[in-house]
Amino acid sequence: MTAKNMTATGQLVTRARRRRATRRRIAVGCLLAGVLVAAALSLMIGRTFYPPGDVLRVIAGETVPGASFTVGRLRLPRTVLGLVAGLAFGLAGVTFQTMLRNPLASPDIIGISYGASAAATFGIVVLSWGGAAVSALAIVAGLGVALLVYLLSYRGGVAGTRLILVGIGMAAMLQSATNYFLSKASQWDHHEAMRWITGSLNGATWEATLPVVAAVAVLAPVLLGHDRELTQLGLGDDTAAALGVRVERTRLVAIVAAVGLIAFATAAAGPIAFVAFLSGPIAARIVGPNGSPLLPAALVGALLVLVADLVGQYATDTRYPVGVVTGVLGAPYLVYLIVRTHRSGGSL
Amino acid sequence: MNATTATPEAPAGSTRAVVRRPRLVRTAWLAVLLLVLIGLSWASVAIGTRGVTAGDVLAALGGASDTWQEAAVATRIPRTVLALLVGAALAVAGAALQGVTRNPLADPGILGINSGASLAVVTGIAWFGLSSSTAYAWVALAGAGVTAVAVYTIGSLGSGGPTPLKLALAGAATMAALTSLISAVVLPRADIADAVRSWQIGGVGGATFDRMLQVLPFFAVGFLICLACARGLNMLALGDEVAAGLGERVLLARSCAALGGVVLCGAATALAGPVAFVGLVVPHLCRLLVGPDHRWLLPYSALAGAALVTAADVLGRIVARPDEIDVGIVTALLGAPFFIAVVRRQKAAAL
Repeated sequence: MTAKNMTATGQLVTRARRRRATRRRIAVGCLLAGVLVAAALSLMIGRTFYPPGDVLRVIAGETVPGASFTVGRLRLPRTVLGLVAGLAFGLAGVTFQTMLRNPLASPDIIGISYGASAAATFGIVVLSWGGAAVSALAIVAGLGVALLVYLLSYRGGVAGTRLILVGIGMAAMLQSATNYFLSKASQWDHHEAMRWITGSLNGATWEATLPVVAAVAVLAPVLLGHDRELTQLGLGDDTAAALGVRVERTRLVAIVAAVGLIAFATAAAGPIAFVAFLSGPIAARIVGPNGSPLLPAALVGALLVLVADLVGQYATDTRYPVGVVTGVLGAPYLVYLIVRTHRSGGSL
Repeated sequence: MNATTATPEAPAGSTRAVVRRPRLVRTAWLAVLLLVLIGLSWASVAIGTRGVTAGDVLAALGGASDTWQEAAVATRIPRTVLALLVGAALAVAGAALQGVTRNPLADPGILGINSGASLAVVTGIAWFGLSSSTAYAWVALAGAGVTAVAVYTIGSLGSGGPTPLKLALAGAATMAALTSLISAVVLPRADIADAVRSWQIGGVGGATFDRMLQVLPFFAVGFLICLACARGLNMLALGDEVAAGLGERVLLARSCAALGGVVLCGAATALAGPVAFVGLVVPHLCRLLVGPDHRWLLPYSALAGAALVTAADVLGRIVARPDEIDVGIVTALLGAPFFIAVVRRQKAAAL
């Protein structure tokens, strides 16, 4: 190639890179805007509509008659919980999917969120604990289940397929345990039960939400900081090692952080169906193959949870918990994703 | 094909001893199974919150229900019969599905088929006001069929066809979606919430002879179809090309066996709700006893399945006295570790 050709090619590549970066920036910007709009709507809409001005004043700390209670006490914790839980689920889901190199290896399918909710129901129903103790129990259980699934699938190394299948078995067992504990509850509020079966934001309080906020504030930067290493891990262990990634250490950090996020989020909102599973693939479709899917997936997760909660509350006469909506909407999207992947020659 | 010698022989050149199970051994195991089954059925009618004597049990079986002991036993008889029926049906369905999909992890619960049948029944009750067991059975059948086709299709997309992993994942995802749909249907209807509970967690508590009689034809048809397909299933195990080469009509055999499995799942779920893992555990255990010949495997699975569900029901009643743990929960708690054990035994490539 002549020097002139090389410059021309170089320019083409640079231009393409810039285009892709711009596309990514636009996509992330749109997602962020979407999340903010959804959050704002969920604060404003309800039996009484509060204009944005009032909402902002309540957030700022002023006392506004009427709005202070409804927005400040009821809607704000709910919206914040939806936001951080969505961030947590989306981030954890995409981390697992990238690390295990399989879009189907999501922590809700391999039983980690069900482990956390089984422990939470056990704590609430059998031990009659509340609040922080239940959260702690859920976190320990989430980590325990992840460890157990890993150990059980270890036979001279961990094959991804075996891990996923063992996880599915654990998930079935833990779901049954949750159902059993719930049936033992002497007076169970139907909505409370729904929380632990499919996930719900109903009755969110600040004391339940703040631990999740703290967890996201601490663990999300950890994962986002390992952004590049995680995507390189997705290319394969040997390739990643060749590129200078400390494979085992990165994997360990990522798993612990992801499981921590899931456990905290599930302890507060229940195992919201499909969010962890779908955020990664949806983000990949929106942003394209331009850079890491971690941040977009987190934003997609938050958007999914907030929008699903809005739909569940106000689309029909009945108040559906957010998990039911994501579960119902998730299935056809799953089919759609599979068909698209098949058509473009990829594999699932 | 069946050696009548008592000692198994290893064919020259094989690295693993091929154990030929002579007819004697198989019949012996059959007798053992029958005895176990009778014992478990007895335990099921005899065990309860309060003790009863053998005399009471015999009297109640004869139809008497004068004393409260006999009445107590009499209430447990339909429950026991239902457990036997449902266990046999799910085990045979599991064996058929494992044969059709050549997937050692196939189970109507894990593949979401029972959830689809439950959703159909719940929708029928909520939106169409269905109330007879025959209606439930038809609707459950339709639900099971649609779900089976959907899960198989989703699991087959992408490269490599329906591997055990992809089918299991398709089943898990479908089950999550169907459970959400069931909640979506039930939530607005506080009036039927109690009535449909038994289709959210499987249990044999609500059994009556009347309802069982209505669904009995479905069970009979399902069993007959599966047994008729036994030879076909043996051929399918050799692989599609070999089976076709041997003159088997592969598509017909697979469709028939799948139909039989679906009918049995629908009938069982219509009566008892979604009970998982029976169709996984029982065929595997029976294969250890009888070998992979479906002409023996299917009847054995029926008996062993009946025994398993009855045992699970008895266990659920004993462990949590005076409450009871539903059969669906017990089979999941016991069956999931078994599922994991099966996964561990498989070579990763085979998954």
